[in-house]
Amino acid sequence: MRRAEVTVLSILLAALSGLLFWAAGGPWPGIIAAVVVLALGVLFAWFLRRRFGAWRYQERDEDLLVARGVMVQRLSVVPYGRMQFVEVTAGPIERLFQLSTVKLHTAAAASDARIPGLERAEAARLRDRLTELGESMAAGI
Amino acid sequence: MTDAPQKATGPSEGWCRLHPLTPIARIGRLVPAFVLLLLVSTVHSKAENGTAETDYLIAFTLISAVYGYIHWVVTRWRFEGDTLRIESGLLRKDSRRLPLGRIQAVDIVRPFLARLLGVSELRIRLAGSGGTDGKLAYLSEAQAAELRLVLLAGHVDITAATSSNTGLPMASVDTARLLASVFLSLVTIIVVGTVSALIILDQFEPRTAAGATAFLAVYLLSAAGVIWRRLSGQYAFIAVEAPEGVRIQRGLLQTISETVPYGRIQAVRQVEPLLWRPFGWCRLEVDVAGATGRNQRGEGTSVVRKALLPVGSQQDSWHLLARLLGGPDPERTAPPGRARFKAPLSFHFLSAGHDATHAVCVTGRINRATTWVPLEKSQSIRRVQGPLQRPLGLATVHVDVAGKRARAEFRDRAIDEADQLVAELTALSRAARSGSGREAPMAMLDAAPSGWYPDPAGRHEQRYWHEGRWTGHVANSGRRSADAPTPSP
Repeated sequence: MRRAEVTVLSILLAALSGLLFWAAGGPWPGIIAAVVVLALGVLFAWFLRRRFGAWRYQERDEDLLVARGVMVQRLSVVPYGRMQFVEVTAGPIERLFQLSTVKLHTAAAASDARIPGLERAEAARLRDRLTELGESMAAGI
Repeated sequence: MTDAPQKATGPSEGWCRLHPLTPIARIGRLVPAFVLLLLVSTVHSKAENGTAETDYLIAFTLISAVYGYIHWVVTRWRFEGDTLRIESGLLRKDSRRLPLGRIQAVDIVRPFLARLLGVSELRIRLAGSGGTDGKLAYLSEAQAAELRLVLLAGHVDITAATSSNTGLPMASVDTARLLASVFLSLVTIIVVGTVSALIILDQFEPRTAAGATAFLAVYLLSAAGVIWRRLSGQYAFIAVEAPEGVRIQRGLLQTISETVPYGRIQAVRQVEPLLWRPFGWCRLEVDVAGATGRNQRGEGTSVVRKALLPVGSQQDSWHLLARLLGGPDPERTAPPGRARFKAPLSFHFLSAGHDATHAVCVTGRINRATTWVPLEKSQSIRRVQGPLQRPLGLATVHVDVAGKRARAEFRDRAIDEADQLVAELTALSRAARSGSGREAPMAMLDAAPSGWYPDPAGRHEQRYWHEGRWTGHVANSGRRSADAPTPSP
């Protein structure tokens, strides 16, 4: 799953805040601020890269496995039958990169089965497959 | 036995009205507002010469009385085939049809004034929604009880409806214990502590004390409200066993009679607060699912936490638990000793276990809580490993059930045990779901929806199908009667 967009976003943010400081307090504070924010952004991007690198999912016969996290590692097992509905969202930046997020909702608020940064076609396929499976195995509450 | 269904068809010719005393009883709902108004007006009249407020008050009462009367005039209900139809509203017409087959529970509520007048309110809850769907306020007590039987007769087996008043008491709470338990709660201690601190402060620094009192008054009052609600809400608590679930009666001024259906229990929690432990008391709570609708958001499923036993001895609690879980308690094991570093305080109590049908876990130090979760209800299973747990080789396994807070946590298990648990619990809950049988009464929502279907025996036009089996309720061209139930298909 590619998430270059986050890097782009943080670089943009860094440049923007650098410019802002420049306008506020002359060139030197501006340059320092830009460098600091850029460093932070790179660090953050690295974190996010790791985070998204750790995000993986697996469709099994009767349940969906979603694992994520580097610092806090989480693994969710959500049976298709327990699915209430599937939500596919795509934010403005995600749209720019032709990506979308698929989220599975169950009756439990804590279930936490979200797969971000899917290719649009893959997201659509997953959505259709999940809905189909969910319907055939629906188990109520 | 044939009594209830015939009554069901009885009033279907015409509309029924609410009890004539309804307008007066409805005013009772406004009493707290009146008291507040009165307080405000007396405070005001000290400052100015304000008799106007009392006039307002009288006018307000009159208006609400007139409104209550109009409400009474325009509200009516009747049975139409298999639905209960309630119409109300003068300007904004509201007509509801409640299909009898989908009635989940019928609660009888008696507010204080209504109790004095001998009337009660009927609240009807349907399967597939969380809150109250139909409300009949007010009916005479006898009528309310009778209507409740009739409404439930279509839903539960007829023996259930008739035996509803003679169920076996499972647990009750006497007033002394309730008082003691409320006194030993955190809120009460904070309130008492604050008040005594204020009194002491008043001896030395009256001005500071006055300021602090003014500042804290709102909090104190709301805390006192919480205490009062606990006391009055759980007063004279009795849990009675009924075929469809546990029936609860409680209340001091306003009595409430409600049912917790077995099949909707998502989790059972036994809580033992620190202060109750010397007395061996505990509190039993259940999470009951309301809605099943696929709402816009996943949170649409409302899960209500209900006290099944506000305070009781371990023995009472075990008695109830045995009935709710219907099996031996799963054996619990403690996490490995190194978990002590991660959870130094609660390590002493941490334990969890599971068998083929339930998962059980103990968490918490101050409020020790033991949670049972039926695996059949599990929504998802998660393994979470935090940064503190990783170096120690520990992980927590959650079994989530519907609702925001309800879950069983296998806290701080060894990592390979956690992995094994995830696989095992996943397999077990899958088995529990599919094995919970299309005919087991627990799995009502999994089976064909309850309702009227053509009589498989062919003796009548329709027969009522409820929770995976045929009942003794039959109907011929809309008229209901009773007949021996036919065996399940």
